[in-house]
Amino acid sequence: MNDVLVRLENVTKHFPIRQGLVFKKEIARVRAVDGVDLKVRRGETLGVVGESGCGKSTLARCIAGLHPVTGGRVLFEGTDVGRLTPAGLREFRRQVQMVFQDPYGSLNPRRRVGSIIGDPFDIHGIADGAERRRRVRELMELVGLNPEHYNRFPAEFSGGQRQRIGVARALALRPRLVVCDEPVSALDVSVQAQVINLLDDLQRELGLTYVFIAHDLAVVRYVSDRVAVMYLGRIVETAAAEELYARPRHPYTAALLSAESVPDPDEAARRQRIVLTGDVPSPIDPPRACRFHPRCPKAQARCVQEPPSLIARGADPPDHLTRCHFPVEADDDLAHEHASIRQVSTDPALPEVER
Amino acid sequence: MSLLEVRDLRVSFDTPDGVVRAVRGVSFDVERGRTLGVVGESGSGKSVTAQTLLRLTPGARVSGAARFEGRDLLRMPAEELRRIRGARIAMIFQDPLSSLHPLYRVGRQIAEMIRAHRPDTPAARARARAVELLGLVGIPEPDRRAEDYPHQFSGGMRQRAMIAMALALEPALIIADEPTTALDSTVRAQILDLLLRLQREFGTALVMITHDLGVVAELADEVLVMYAGKPAEHAGRRDLFHRHHHPYTKGLLESVPRAGRGRARLRPVAGQPPSLIDVPPACPFHPRCPYVMDRCRVDEPPPRPVPSPGGREHRSACWLPLEAQGRDAGAERLRERAVAEGRTREAG
Repeated sequence: MNDVLVRLENVTKHFPIRQGLVFKKEIARVRAVDGVDLKVRRGETLGVVGESGCGKSTLARCIAGLHPVTGGRVLFEGTDVGRLTPAGLREFRRQVQMVFQDPYGSLNPRRRVGSIIGDPFDIHGIADGAERRRRVRELMELVGLNPEHYNRFPAEFSGGQRQRIGVARALALRPRLVVCDEPVSALDVSVQAQVINLLDDLQRELGLTYVFIAHDLAVVRYVSDRVAVMYLGRIVETAAAEELYARPRHPYTAALLSAESVPDPDEAARRQRIVLTGDVPSPIDPPRACRFHPRCPKAQARCVQEPPSLIARGADPPDHLTRCHFPVEADDDLAHEHASIRQVSTDPALPEVER
Repeated sequence: MSLLEVRDLRVSFDTPDGVVRAVRGVSFDVERGRTLGVVGESGSGKSVTAQTLLRLTPGARVSGAARFEGRDLLRMPAEELRRIRGARIAMIFQDPLSSLHPLYRVGRQIAEMIRAHRPDTPAARARARAVELLGLVGIPEPDRRAEDYPHQFSGGMRQRAMIAMALALEPALIIADEPTTALDSTVRAQILDLLLRLQREFGTALVMITHDLGVVAELADEVLVMYAGKPAEHAGRRDLFHRHHHPYTKGLLESVPRAGRGRARLRPVAGQPPSLIDVPPACPFHPRCPYVMDRCRVDEPPPRPVPSPGGREHRSACWLPLEAQGRDAGAERLRERAVAEGRTREAG
């Protein structure tokens, strides 16, 4: 009945910046994740997109239980992950695994591939000796690696193969949720597609649920059932993938889509690009009210005074949520629109920019 | 005469593991004011090609020619090359943080560049020019920001500063090696727009090295696709995207998820890019090619002229019939027939 596997309730993750030798006084905090509500349904792929510094990797780590959250709750199967007993936490870690971006940094170069993939069996006391070896070979086959290469070192594999090793390790304990943090962005284009197809096959075969973090919109659209867009620690829009790409409602989503790399010269020429002013502000001191207002082509006085909430807007389907007072309408021309407020340059070191 | 004429460029490096043949015979021309996109995956030799043009590959064994305004860059005296580098040919690298000196103010770095090439420029004049350039590339309040250190700039602003520096002496050619790869997509879009606009204003020629087909689709006039140190295909932009001939080009285009295709399965190129120490014989792509024929394993295809309706130059190093272009069903039938014949002829 209950189809939600993971639920995030107002999750925040702040990293303190400290100064001083003895008391280490906190002088500021990086608000990496700052109030995220999110549901991940069983068997789906939830894509999370955003630019660097938006908090998507921190969010991934919060979901996987690698970061204790500063506030709010992460519920896995209805249980608060922050309040698990040691035994419960152990079980949680079996159920939730992670695949990392860097296929070079995430594998110990001095250990053989067989023992890297087999580690989870040791740690959880599930299999050893010949049984463990058998299972590791099975996993290697599952992800398209040659089981004969059991005794090789990571350096003997290419980037794409290493990413397969990372996937095999994540799957060893038959998890229910796999959090993939930019799993293909370090790979060459032709190899990217191989790993995406692999993840796709494994999901169908093993009934996995994915949280897929990436900055590449085309990849996220391809793999995801639903997509959440993050900006400065918050979800600004979430909807079914097709719906979001066809009818973006948040101006930031629209701008991201318009900046997407399109491998077709005719489409690229036809497209109206929405050029945002300035850079992403610092998450140490994010803008007030709507965090996007200093860069938004639709910004008005209300955006500076009143924080918008993440709700369905207008006639949108109930699962299409947008955090914006003035969502994008079909006849909007954002590429030529200008905010009616004076936009403060987003770089804290800069004063206001005149329009 | 073209602005830049590269002929049979070959670059190799001696390493403890063997000789790495990074570039194995590359020829191309760059015309004044035009953009050549060089596309390839890691290890295709695209960056080494660019760096070798400015002799930034110490320890490499280089042969061939690279004539810039008629003078061979690979053979001219170091002193003459120094006068060209930065002034006539500028380079923009992928990582702007490591290309800027961390301990000097941004404005001073640009001014110094100007004064290094034009020593008689008064210091105040060089600084004013630096500020002007920073403004031109869209840095707000350039007068004040010129006094900042590189770490005070964001990634996008640093890349803008690099572009300002590249433009300082109004070079005839800019070589940009993955200038947008390290940037976020909205910033990437800003930088591409900026490059396009400045290129039009200054009439600069551009060699754009990238792995991103989207970048090429946006701003290249012509595209060179490299594989294992050689050109696989060379075509005008629209020909490359719509009437490509080489199976590797086709594979690259089909590996990218595209809008509007739903979840049609991606068709990646099988296997891995080859090692440049041990490059496959004959056609270097044959171990990964879905259309491999017997001939491809023994006989290396030269760049063959492909008929183009626009009459543009189009070459492809592949033995498939030259009419098999693009992704439509007719082209696919041609390829399949050729493959069926090409596989039986020698087997039978």
